[in-house]
Amino acid sequence: MQEFRTGDTPLPDVVILTHKLTREYDMGSETVRALRGVSIQIRKNEYVAVMGPSGSGKSTLMNLVGCLDTPTSGEYWLNAQKVSDLVDDELARIRNKEIGFVFQTFNLLPRADALHNVELPLIYAGLGSKERRARAADALQRVGLGDRMDHRPNELSGGQRQRVAIARALVNNPSILLADEPTGNLDSTTGLEIMALFRELHDSGQTVVMVTHEQDIAAQAARVITLRDGLVATDQLQAA
Amino acid sequence: MPLFEAVRLAFQTLRAQKLKSGFSLLGVFVGVTFLIAAWSIVNGMNVYMTEQFAGRLIGVNTFHLRRRPNFTPNISDSTWRAWARRPRITFGDADAVTAAITAPVITAWESSDRVTIEGAGKKILDVEVTGATERYFDIRNLDIANGRAFTAQEVRSGVPVIVLGEEIGLKLFPSRDPIGRQVRIGGQPYRVIGVVAHQGKIFGFSLDRFAVAPARSPVQDLVNPPGIIDALVVKAQSVEAMRAAMVEAEGVMRSRHHLRPRQDNNFVLETSEGVLEFWGGIKRILFFVGPGLVGVALVVGGIVIMNIMLMAVAERTREIGLRKSLGARRRDILRQFLAESTTIAVVGASIGIVTGIGLSFLLDAATPLPAAVSGMSIVLGVIIGGGVGIVAGVYPASRAARLDPITALRQE
Repeated sequence: MQEFRTGDTPLPDVVILTHKLTREYDMGSETVRALRGVSIQIRKNEYVAVMGPSGSGKSTLMNLVGCLDTPTSGEYWLNAQKVSDLVDDELARIRNKEIGFVFQTFNLLPRADALHNVELPLIYAGLGSKERRARAADALQRVGLGDRMDHRPNELSGGQRQRVAIARALVNNPSILLADEPTGNLDSTTGLEIMALFRELHDSGQTVVMVTHEQDIAAQAARVITLRDGLVATDQLQAA
Repeated sequence: MPLFEAVRLAFQTLRAQKLKSGFSLLGVFVGVTFLIAAWSIVNGMNVYMTEQFAGRLIGVNTFHLRRRPNFTPNISDSTWRAWARRPRITFGDADAVTAAITAPVITAWESSDRVTIEGAGKKILDVEVTGATERYFDIRNLDIANGRAFTAQEVRSGVPVIVLGEEIGLKLFPSRDPIGRQVRIGGQPYRVIGVVAHQGKIFGFSLDRFAVAPARSPVQDLVNPPGIIDALVVKAQSVEAMRAAMVEAEGVMRSRHHLRPRQDNNFVLETSEGVLEFWGGIKRILFFVGPGLVGVALVVGGIVIMNIMLMAVAERTREIGLRKSLGARRRDILRQFLAESTTIAVVGASIGIVTGIGLSFLLDAATPLPAAVSGMSIVLGVIIGGGVGIVAGVYPASRAARLDPITALRQE
């Protein structure tokens, strides 16, 4: 991949580009350097797993890539837009339009049914209720839950909940699907089903970035980036 | 997030957390209920005072010549003593004033006291007995329901006849026609010649508990010393005629009392405006105290709402984090929580308005207090309710809006 230098703009098919990205936390007397200069590029329709032991900085990287946090220094380009110097409300818009989050703990609203949960990002996108409903129903259909739209999270199995969460992540047609240990709270069979869904989504053109510490989950990805002590340790393509 | 979306969400949360929302409604509910009810009572009394009370006690286009004011808010002892030293109004004063007034007016003498009245073997204590002249009934708008009023001739010669209020007539002669029967006041016999039509109540006091006898009859000895009256009542046909008559009456009285130009009057000419002024004083106090009490209730209500909202923010930190990660901006979160607190307050206020109106009708029907719901108080209730919700919601909502999504999502 072509070397990126400060002042360059990313190539058109690069979705995620970080350049010497650092993130430091002020913990009273000492400064924790969670990321010490991470430079990665992820192209459109890649399937990337980010691995690393706890404390390696993978959560920090995910938060930065997900625009939930801003870097201390360095650049972050998402879809040829430099987002590392955007302010709060602009970041919210990026999260809404460009990023689909899938969390380990699903994070569904317990009182709302599946359809309403999937609708949420569209509410913040400012869509009218008819279009919201139609698109949320489509997304649920896509993850195989067309018949569970009016069920609340507590009426769904773990795997179904994660499917609702994935539908919610997809509903705004994001540039990247960002999953943080998506199978961490599921049994192995259900986990495999969810992984199959991710593969399916990837096959249909979706860019997927997944944080995991499980080797066999990472093995599903086409590329594995390993972090250690806030730096990229390895970055390998692997045979599918 | 559009506003109606936020309100819809607020109603959802309200429904989901009925008990908690109920408690937070309570403060605003109590405040607004009180506001509506108290306002209705003051308003009702106001309507009553201006339309009926003043007119009935004094009369339209009517003034009273008296030694001292009859309707007096908080009078100091020294003023009271000064008034007690004033010369009283005499028969001679009344005649001179009546003769001096050039405008077409009707006049009547009036002297009253509370005495015991007996008849048909029964006894009624504490009845307002008035010695009056014949036009008294016209001036006071007392229609005779049965029999007749006394005549000028009867007044001049002091015939012991009497006209009863409805209540007295019914109590003394429940099953018989009182006309022609005898009652005794202070040992003296009087022949009943008439009964006045039903007058109703004011603040729970019967307006039918009275009797009227000719001024020069033996009743004079009960109500005043010889030759003295409480008041000369003068009724004109218009406000202008009344004013003119008052000027003439004042002149006559000043000269009869030998007052020098710089000296103050040692008598009063009281009009219904005077009574209304007295009422105005009371009303000002009520309108000052009322909002204070309402304010206290609403502040308490606001604090309760604020606390509940702070709890809600703490409980729903994760939800806030999630919403932010899905693209909610600060103002979206702010709006959501403001809508929630405002909805709580407005719902509370609405229930308060309905309850307040109900309470007003109940008070009107069940107690002597007249109550009339004021449209203004309803408008104010809604505005205040919404205002309390917004004010109480600002701090919790801004706390929610400022939450860091990463920390918020991580919270259990």
